[in-house]
Amino acid sequence: MGLLSKKDAKLITDPLADNNPITIQVLGICSALAITAELKASLVMGIAVLFVLSVGNVVISLMRNIIPSKIRIIVQLIVVAALVIIVDQVLKAFAFELSKTLSVFIGLIITNCIIMGRFEAFALANKPWQSFLDGIGNALGYAVILVIVGFFRELLGSGTLFGIPVLGDPIGSPETGPTGVYAFGYENNGFMLMPPMALIIVGLIIWVQRSRNKNLIED
Amino acid sequence: MAVNTDKNSYTIIFAVAMVLVVGSLLAFTASSLKPNIEENKRMEKQQNILYAMGINGNESTGDITFVSTDKVAEAFSENVSEQIVLEVKDGKILKEMTRDEFMKSKAQGAGKEPYLIDIKKEQAKAKNGESRFLPLFIGQQDNKTVYVVPIRGKGLWDAIWGFVALDEDMVVKGTFFDHAGETPGLGANIKQRYFMDDFYGEKLLTEAGVFKGIKVAKGNNDPVNNDKDDFEVDALAGATITGDGVSAMIKKDLKLYLPYFKNLKKNNN
Repeated sequence: MGLLSKKDAKLITDPLADNNPITIQVLGICSALAITAELKASLVMGIAVLFVLSVGNVVISLMRNIIPSKIRIIVQLIVVAALVIIVDQVLKAFAFELSKTLSVFIGLIITNCIIMGRFEAFALANKPWQSFLDGIGNALGYAVILVIVGFFRELLGSGTLFGIPVLGDPIGSPETGPTGVYAFGYENNGFMLMPPMALIIVGLIIWVQRSRNKNLIED
Repeated sequence: MAVNTDKNSYTIIFAVAMVLVVGSLLAFTASSLKPNIEENKRMEKQQNILYAMGINGNESTGDITFVSTDKVAEAFSENVSEQIVLEVKDGKILKEMTRDEFMKSKAQGAGKEPYLIDIKKEQAKAKNGESRFLPLFIGQQDNKTVYVVPIRGKGLWDAIWGFVALDEDMVVKGTFFDHAGETPGLGANIKQRYFMDDFYGEKLLTEAGVFKGIKVAKGNNDPVNNDKDDFEVDALAGATITGDGVSAMIKKDLKLYLPYFKNLKKNNN
């Protein structure tokens, strides 16, 4: 980390663990439940938020001294919405396939409370470079949890990872029958595909994290 | 320069300036990218119609690959031998137009390539009691004529749509489904091969010629869909409403074409 001072590096590493936006600040739960039924979607959402949050943080930080405090929330909302729409249009024009994959996420980004939360809590009071790092850090912290949840939900719910079957074929050909672990009577847990299971997995992550670091437990 | 950002006048000026800047930025982006976006959408429609017809770039059993964008225009004019537009009202065909007639027509929603007909607008016209246009794309599959028709309906969150290829007995010879915003991993899986392929060979009409449709059914004990006479395909887990939407749009939109296929049968016999 020769490039960054110790304080700056902390802006990136903190949200990855001890100040994670999902497990500690409990922000962005809505999208964590909705889109983590498969790993690919989780990853794509993580990247999309990474882009919007880091750029948005810089824009808000640059404007921090001229934003009227009475309407700052609306101003933040406009910045996110404008960024998201521009990204959406550019993708539709130049990367149509990708924009089809992203379709739902684009809309979901605007409603992501992490973005508004970081604008309000950090970018309004800090310089652009620090805000940029804070955006990267928080988006990565968000993406890590999404990928963990997506990994377990897709593996246990559909028996696939990134859409590729890893546990064998549950139906198989008529001659051989099911293959892989399905041959021993294993079945996919359809419940894992439902949003409540995402909440339970997030709960388990929070449990593991707090049992390893007692400082995180509030009285 | 110290500005008092709490003053009402400053707040209003800031708000107006912000709206102007963001508004013109968005307007500029949208208008400068519009030609590209339209072109992409046009090619996508051609790709989808060809896909339903069975013309694609699929290599393995799991993937969905379209005819590539640089070849799609050529492939479309080569494989779609005819585009027909029906004007219908209350289940009766008022007029049957060829592509050329439709492109010359001055009626609302006409005057363009039939595959660019906006199904959403046509459905709204029918709802208001007006006549609507039904496009049909005719091509060949295994030396037999297939008729591709568009369908459109509602999923859980947003619109779902697709194209269905039918033979003259209204047996499904291929499908393509797409959606605007169904849940990834659940409803969005209507766009997966294993779901689309299940429809192949399913019948829409009973022996007596009554329109029955195809139901996306839960627990039909036929997960690989060997039974082609049950008017059912296996549903997707966790996507009940999207599946019901698919059943509904098949039932509603394909039924509109029933008079055309009945005429076809009559003329052939």
